Amino acid sequence: MSHKAHIPIGPYHPLQEEPEFYKLVVEGEKVVDVDVRIGWNHRGIEKLSEAKTFDQSIFLVERICGICSSSHPITCVQAIEDLGGIKVPDRALYIRSIVQELERLHSHMLWAGLAGHFLGYNTVFMWGWKYREPICDIMETVTGNRQNYAMLKVGGVRRDIEKEHITYILSRLDEFIRHLDMLRGAILDDPVLHARLKGVGILTKERAIDYAALGPTARASGYDIDVRRDHPYAAYDRIKWKVITQEAGDVFAKVVVRIMEMYESVSIIRQCLDKLPNGPIDSNPKDIPPGEGIGQAEAPRGECFHYVKSDGTNSPVRHKVRAPTYMNFPTFRETVIGQSVSDATIILAAIDPCYCCTERMLIVDDKDKEILNVQELIRLSQEKTMKLKEKMGYK
Amino acid sequence: MKIDDVLQSMQDKFGSKIIKVERKNEKRAYVDIYPKDVVLLTKYIFKELGFRFAIATAVDDFDAIEVLYHFADDPSGFIVSLRAIIREKEDPRIETITGVTKSAWWIEREMHELFGIHFDGNTDLRPLLLPDDWPTGVYPLRKNFIVPKRDSRKS
Repeated sequence: MSHKAHIPIGPYHPLQEEPEFYKLVVEGEKVVDVDVRIGWNHRGIEKLSEAKTFDQSIFLVERICGICSSSHPITCVQAIEDLGGIKVPDRALYIRSIVQELERLHSHMLWAGLAGHFLGYNTVFMWGWKYREPICDIMETVTGNRQNYAMLKVGGVRRDIEKEHITYILSRLDEFIRHLDMLRGAILDDPVLHARLKGVGILTKERAIDYAALGPTARASGYDIDVRRDHPYAAYDRIKWKVITQEAGDVFAKVVVRIMEMYESVSIIRQCLDKLPNGPIDSNPKDIPPGEGIGQAEAPRGECFHYVKSDGTNSPVRHKVRAPTYMNFPTFRETVIGQSVSDATIILAAIDPCYCCTERMLIVDDKDKEILNVQELIRLSQEKTMKLKEKMGYK
Repeated sequence: MKIDDVLQSMQDKFGSKIIKVERKNEKRAYVDIYPKDVVLLTKYIFKELGFRFAIATAVDDFDAIEVLYHFADDPSGFIVSLRAIIREKEDPRIETITGVTKSAWWIEREMHELFGIHFDGNTDLRPLLLPDDWPTGVYPLRKNFIVPKRDSRKS
């Protein structure tokens, strides 16, 4: 008689942020097989993009994911620029690098918090999300938005960085670094986390290459790839920075890579602000010729890849979007099998999966729409709190 | 290795198996091949040259289905895309490359359900993104697929 048991997780579960379905097959507490089913978030972005103009498709891909909301647009505009051989002014390239690195900082911080949460270490969760705030504030200063920045356009960027903002950005970065130093110590020097994460969920370099793993997942396994260095875009080839790699391939190595990458990101932003050249921020291209183009960018989770084909009209004939999690996700079979079921969550979380990117979702809502401004949203929130208080008997 | 050397080595090695080479710019090249040679060429690029499999893209070109396999050479920073043109649009078939690299596992499932391309030799072509009750023979990324009008407002 077989002693295998199936543990279904999802697709909808109060503890999951996004819908996905895992089927863990366990023998005792050991995971012997795993299958994952995605698709609950699939909204057909690639089909939708064929019905949009090139300018609209950048707006569209920005909404694939709330965390990588500048990685998809930068990849998309670079694919269109590759297609049309469009040149971008220097100042815009530097601003693109700054926005990309700010996004990496907030995303890695968010992940560090979530990883702490999955391990039951909720202090790290609170710290991670609290200390991410300075970055969101800088984003708001630079782009006008905490998320969905709308900074990118074909041929340049939409907004310039004002001189008076630079002092503010640098002071907030100093504040961020102080917190990051503390967080690094709290995570990397914690003997409990060492015990919990070292030697767990190992992805070997050979497997990483075979599965074409990307980003921190690959770099933690000693697979030294980074689009920013290998296929230089924006201003990454004009400043000094280094690619962080680790050899162990376990969850701990992935933590080290992400934390040390944050220091590099801060250094990149400071250098970009220091060297920021004067000049225009947009080359104002007019026509997109027929042809095909490929764009790549290093999102926080790894390489983002877009392929755009044009027939000379103002809409793409085909727009392929490949998010990094799409390549990283299948490695879970290699890393989780043979591990304890209690470690399964952190092993799956270690690739920093992003389902909405993988499934390229979008909420299309153009009928009966209701537009609310900040004050109205705050009012709604306060009304709801009041109602809850009344219901629960508080005055 | 430079992009020109790579393209030259492919032409020397495979000769008539390569239909056309288009060198778009110093970073990108598109190589047209016959669908039957896809495993051979993938093996050469992935295993011998050590390129990274970035992704595959299927394109509905009205009178044919194209499958593009994008390979990135990270040390030198360029991308070679193999383009296999499948003329039999009624039942497009091509051999699987999952025997060469496991990284093609999901994308073949995706191209199978969204374009109706059958990957010979791939034993796992279950739906990836579409629901299990999706009608057979309806491929949403084909050009003849009309997006149904939304009627969800009733609920």
